[in-house]
Amino acid sequence: MTPRIRWQRARLVDSRLETRRARTLVFDVPQWTGHDAGQHVDVKLTGEDGFTAQRSYSIASASTPGRLELTVQAVSGGIVSPYLVDAMQLGDELELRGPIGGWFRWTNELAEPVLLVGGGSGIAPLMAMLRQRLLAGSAAPFRLVYSARTPDHVFYANELHVISQGRRGVDVDLLYTRSGLPGDTRPPGRLVGDDLPLAAPDAEPTRVYVCGPNGFVENAARLLVDRGHQPASIRTERFGSSGG
Amino acid sequence: MSVISRGFGGRGGASDPRVPPGQYVTHDFPVLSAGPTPYVDTDEWSLDLTDVDDSRSALSWTQLMAKPIEEFTVDLHCVTTWTKLGTTWRGVPVSAVLDDLDSEAEFALVHSYGGYTTNLPVEDLLDGKAWIVFEFEGEPLEPVHGGPARLLVPHLYLWKSAKWVNGIELRHDDEPGFWETLGYHEYGDPWLEQRYAGD
Repeated sequence: MTPRIRWQRARLVDSRLETRRARTLVFDVPQWTGHDAGQHVDVKLTGEDGFTAQRSYSIASASTPGRLELTVQAVSGGIVSPYLVDAMQLGDELELRGPIGGWFRWTNELAEPVLLVGGGSGIAPLMAMLRQRLLAGSAAPFRLVYSARTPDHVFYANELHVISQGRRGVDVDLLYTRSGLPGDTRPPGRLVGDDLPLAAPDAEPTRVYVCGPNGFVENAARLLVDRGHQPASIRTERFGSSGG
Repeated sequence: MSVISRGFGGRGGASDPRVPPGQYVTHDFPVLSAGPTPYVDTDEWSLDLTDVDDSRSALSWTQLMAKPIEEFTVDLHCVTTWTKLGTTWRGVPVSAVLDDLDSEAEFALVHSYGGYTTNLPVEDLLDGKAWIVFEFEGEPLEPVHGGPARLLVPHLYLWKSAKWVNGIELRHDDEPGFWETLGYHEYGDPWLEQRYAGD
């Protein structure tokens, strides 16, 4: 009999704004033993009136015992995400359980090339993979293609800039859908086939992870198949527009 | 354990008895799937049936349409905590597909285009509890939601309702499917919050 995944107490110990509507929350979780990059947690909030709400959020940090980070984008009209982004203060607590998810997952032992394709807040679990790869000193070639509305909507902007400057087998491509930066050679617009690498026919198949809102994932997955990637090598994680 | 999140409050109002514990109501129709959406033409579509004695048969789209078709309204519950109330579908009851086989099987492993599988007891597929559906709210079911046809088992979490269904394998033993081997609950009753293995 598999043991139940237990709820754990988590205390907010640090936070930073990624954009005007998205916040990274750093939780101290004494019982946390670590996770694989790409996995998520279920978060449970309980109000003083007994009202409770549960949501799933991807873990954005690399595996560290006792600590984890979530990046949450406030969904207008939602209950949980606006609390996490706007109201929760350092020292406040919630319950979470995990790690959950055995499919959308990257571990240090995997040596094949990795392509990460993220749209909007879908960058969070991909960032966990990128951070895990750098932390572990893995040699697996990584490429991140990250589509954001404008430069103001990019999460982890400084960290991604630093990573893209290093020569560690990690490439970072930022794409903008609404408006970009002066000097951009690519006009703003939704993801197109040319934004994605072709599958190398004779090489080891690239593991592809796609995460974002459903429309983004649907489009990206179709383009990837058109670019020669095998459907079986493409893992997707989709956020409904309802979030909350 | 009782942990209060300071400053968190609900929106008031009585809870809806149609909403299982830990779920919230959404008015969208979110999509969850593990890979790219397969696009399957109804001319190519078939539902392969395998019984415990390894006998095989298949149902074409035309044969499916010749079965009794029902229109029904049900609530959907996804393990990711959204619930969608009052969704209307058209489809063929699974019993109309399986009754011809007169099988002794206790379990079914359901297969999909794209390689997805999910397992459930045969009794959860019969007696008006499950359908092969092809219309949602009066429109042909979109590929992104499992079209041309998906299984719909509304009394279990929605991952049991395999999209792009293309086979039902009847078995004596309970063979775990895709999510069931990746940490999700073997049965998935939303009213018992059977989300993950061990729940």
